[in-house]
Amino acid sequence: MALYTKTVMDHFMNPRNVGEIENADGVGEVGNAKCGDIMKMYLKIKDGIIEDIKFETFGCGNAIASSSMATEMIKGKSIEEALAVTNKQVVEALGGLPVHKLHCSVLAEEAVKSAVKDYYDRNGIPYDKKRFPDCGNCEACHMV
Amino acid sequence: MMIYADNAATTKMSSTAIRAMLPYMDQVYGNPSSLHTAGQQAAEALQSARERIAVCLGCQPREIYFTSGGSEADNQALISAAKIGERKGKKHIISTAFEHHAVLHTLQGLEKQGFEVELLPVGEAGTVTAQQVADAIRDDTCLVSVMYANNEIGSVLPVGEIGKVCRERGVVFHTDAVQAAGHLPIDVREQCIDLLSLSAHKFHGPKGIGVLYARQGLTLTTLIAGGAQERGKRAGTENIPAIMGMAAALEEACAHMENNARAVSALRDKLIAGLSKIPHSALNGDPVHRLPGNVSFCFEGIEGESLLLLLDAKGICASSGSACTSGSLDPSHVLLAIGRPHEVAHGSLRLSLCHWNTEEEVDEMLRVIPQVVEYLRNMSPMWKDQKSGKRTFVL
Ligand SMILES: Cc1ncc(COP(=O)(O)O)c(C=O)c1O
Repeated sequence: MALYTKTVMDHFMNPRNVGEIENADGVGEVGNAKCGDIMKMYLKIKDGIIEDIKFETFGCGNAIASSSMATEMIKGKSIEEALAVTNKQVVEALGGLPVHKLHCSVLAEEAVKSAVKDYYDRNGIPYDKKRFPDCGNCEACHMV
Repeated sequence: MMIYADNAATTKMSSTAIRAMLPYMDQVYGNPSSLHTAGQQAAEALQSARERIAVCLGCQPREIYFTSGGSEADNQALISAAKIGERKGKKHIISTAFEHHAVLHTLQGLEKQGFEVELLPVGEAGTVTAQQVADAIRDDTCLVSVMYANNEIGSVLPVGEIGKVCRERGVVFHTDAVQAAGHLPIDVREQCIDLLSLSAHKFHGPKGIGVLYARQGLTLTTLIAGGAQERGKRAGTENIPAIMGMAAALEEACAHMENNARAVSALRDKLIAGLSKIPHSALNGDPVHRLPGNVSFCFEGIEGESLLLLLDAKGICASSGSACTSGSLDPSHVLLAIGRPHEVAHGSLRLSLCHWNTEEEVDEMLRVIPQVVEYLRNMSPMWKDQKSGKRTFVL
């Protein structure tokens, strides 16, 4: 379908890093079923580096592709670098998305943040709450 | 190999219809409004198409108005009936919650003009009864518009019974027969239909051409002003090639209606039986009163657009009512109207067959679809939560 770029279709058809990490150090889930997108990210973190990352996604082709792309962009990076990855960068790496689909990629950034926040919470690491907006809220996710 | 299973969206043209069109492009190409021979040849063709279509619907040729398709016919039918009502001080309109947007959006426009629109609930099976309509009719009801068959879930509605109720109560009855024409019997007299919309591309005719049937005596409102074509009710030089293609396609579809319906519904039933084996799935629409070619399912735990993309990659053309395919943020209003919760409505799949589909294609779909559903479920956090009991199954 010409709706999506080649890169989106590649990541959709052959998603990287799908699955679950057992004993993950941080897990984040955002989105909700009512909206038709749920994204879950699992992180394995060692010495501040994201050693491994996996995702599970319920959603459209684009949601799956942006999950896959986000995991690729983050794997092996430091937590700070991971937190700096924005939706815009994910969309750019995918070669662009149709305008009415942009909201799907909002979830990728939020899912990563949510997983890092979980990691901080589990380990009692202090953080600036403003950096971790409460996602999973339908309206916010669907603000195009 | 490509399996085309989206005949409710549009169909491949039949060679009969294509052949019927060709002479009207380079041989009989006159304007039917012209006085000369070339024009009059076209006018004769136009009249013959009108007559042949009238036979298929059981009406008079003068009751046929050519339009640009189903949407325009729906618009004109509803607006005309509303204007007639308004002149008598009647401004209540009854329709259903799962009409096509061509009807629903036109009704929204009428609401803005002060009409009161009542959308009947369609229940779990997706239908309305004549009794529901009878109970809703008031002294100030000017129009009942109920579709003959639903485009998404395939329910066939009792339009003959509804027509009778409307006739007895003196209310104009419109039916959107876009999915029914050429597939289900139509007799506007017997079914007491005052206004009916149809569209050629749903029965192997060309796109961009349709019919509004309006019972004699029912004054249509002109939406496209200009020349005197279509008895002054629809201006614009007639699309003769398309009209000829439509007439041929409708005649052909009506001539083979029973045989096609028998063959296609056998394929449909095989698909339904096979897909029903997928756990936590459900058939949408009326299981008995159903379009011969319609198979509509919801699969829990997955999203329809990703399902469509994967099916497309495996050569299967289908459709879905998920938000991501509707271009809006909500899943299809039809699935919501039959009570499917949002999360389930997102996981819908529609396969719509025609007589060119084969049993081999059905077998291939039954091989591929369960695999793809399983693949998507395996990467779905929602499905996982459901399997582990953290979230309850709906289906
Ligand atoms: C039930 C119904 N009504 C109306 C339409 C609109 O028809 P058209 O595409 O010819 O405007 C369609 C098809 O898209 C339909 O399925």
